Amino acid sequence: MVSFQLNGRPVNVSAQPDTPLLWVIRDEIGLTGTKFGCGIGLCGACTVHVQGRAVRSCIVSVGSVSGAAVITIEGLDPDGKHPLQTAWIDRQVPQCGYCQSGQIMQAATLLQDFPDPTPDDITAVMNGNLCRCMAYIRIRAAILLAADMLRRGER
Amino acid sequence: MDKRLLAGLSMAGLLILGGCVALVWRPGIEPVPPPTAASFAPAEVARGQVLAAAGNCAVCHTSDPGHPYAGGVGFASSFGTIYSTNITPDAATGIGRWSQAAFTRAMHEGVARDGSHLFPAFPYDHFTKVSNGDLEALYAFLMTQTPVVATDRKNDLPFPLNIRALQAGWKLLYFRPGRYVPDSARSPSWNRGAYLGEGLAHCAACHSPRNALGAEDPRQAYGGAVVDGWIAPALTDANPSSQIWSEQELFAYLRSGVTDAHGSAVGPMSSVVHEGLSALPDGDIHAIAAYYADLSQGTARHVGNSAGIDRSIKTSDVGVGQVNDVDARLYVAACAACHYSSGPDPTAQRPDLALNSALRLDQPTNLIQVVLHGVGAAEGDPLVMMPGFAGALSDADITRLIAYLRRTRTGLPPWADVEPQVAMIRKARTQAP
Repeated sequence: MVSFQLNGRPVNVSAQPDTPLLWVIRDEIGLTGTKFGCGIGLCGACTVHVQGRAVRSCIVSVGSVSGAAVITIEGLDPDGKHPLQTAWIDRQVPQCGYCQSGQIMQAATLLQDFPDPTPDDITAVMNGNLCRCMAYIRIRAAILLAADMLRRGER
Repeated sequence: MDKRLLAGLSMAGLLILGGCVALVWRPGIEPVPPPTAASFAPAEVARGQVLAAAGNCAVCHTSDPGHPYAGGVGFASSFGTIYSTNITPDAATGIGRWSQAAFTRAMHEGVARDGSHLFPAFPYDHFTKVSNGDLEALYAFLMTQTPVVATDRKNDLPFPLNIRALQAGWKLLYFRPGRYVPDSARSPSWNRGAYLGEGLAHCAACHSPRNALGAEDPRQAYGGAVVDGWIAPALTDANPSSQIWSEQELFAYLRSGVTDAHGSAVGPMSSVVHEGLSALPDGDIHAIAAYYADLSQGTARHVGNSAGIDRSIKTSDVGVGQVNDVDARLYVAACAACHYSSGPDPTAQRPDLALNSALRLDQPTNLIQVVLHGVGAAEGDPLVMMPGFAGALSDADITRLIAYLRRTRTGLPPWADVEPQVAMIRKARTQAP
């Protein structure tokens, strides 16, 4: 039995402690916004927040987040209107959409650490999130728009 | 043969034998009825609780978190495996019938209530420095814990190492009993730090190399050692960190489990910080920091240290651009999203690998441990976790990654034979219960 917080609510799960957090979130708890991509932490599709920071949930064991606060794309904003989500719609970022929840979760940590990100900052921090539809240009545009919205206090 | 010579030799033999017996034999101390909780002042029990945390007693004496202090943790060594004992106040299987005198003797002299010698896996060579007053508080705390029925597990030591009487010889060679003697030339804080660090907190038990008979080597005190598959780094000026361990850095590390300029407390050191030292007031942590900063002359050497930080930060984006380097691609895919920082100051949220102590040790042990098994949310910095890559990267990949980081972030000579070490550390964890 492992206990942690998921999107603000306490959860107790029966999975073995070495089970990847991704499968607990998707299969045991049933939140499917977080995606399975590569399973070895090298594509970013499964990115969630632990203690407010982006991590790849496919290689995080559920035992290692015991007592921690985990946020998935479903919990990023209560109304689904985080500036990144608004900017994502405004810039019409997704094509197939599969990697997008991971992209947004990673971008949220990016903007927290680099409120006014340079192109190099975006490259370095987003480099581990792959998009096989090649939406990178629009991802960058949406990140800059969201940074602008956050600076102006809009949401 | 001359009868007088024979008699003389016999007498000398008897005297030597008698002397040996006197050295080896220690009397038992009569068992007492288990003292009631009411017989201890609550303030004394509370003080003992803090001291028990300072000594980290629970970490070695707890195998089942539901039954603290009930013992049963195995300590493997080249001599065999020794199991920690039940120090709950259970009358039959714990220390419930130990008097204060028996408890104090065990801590000061390494002798159990029944008179048998304890093995030095129990660090009585440090606890001998603890004052009688503190041992009374510690006794009060332990005797008021929940008694647990747990029979001590038999040690797995081969003959003749399992003969406890032989420990008397070890003590004769290596054990110097005696309370801590303050150094009047030093500040009260320094003395407090020395008393805690050399005594109850027994830092040297992990951070000092041991000789062939398992005794700390005083000539190499705090020179660093391997413990439980981790390197406990040198606490002297031989410590290879990029940044000096100043008093402020040591305080931040011991208080919070992380510093911007060194990295986080992982492995056995994480429980020292979060389950042990966390109970101590800031004053005691400052004292310990002051003592160890002085030991390495860290405070004096700390002056003008910031250039190193600037240099390190400049390596933060190495590899993230468009470079033709397969190792760098691995780093970018697996590490850079979290470890990249653009400065100007280091932050614990984006740990700068050039500043991380694990990259600069003589062996890659600690770096391999962290890459394979990550840093749990409860370890190190409570606000930053790291996934373990054991299920993601092969031994060969991890070897490349580690060689790449050493090459690009430290300027130190490459580590030799990394891959077998990755395989060994991976296997050790798989076999652990």
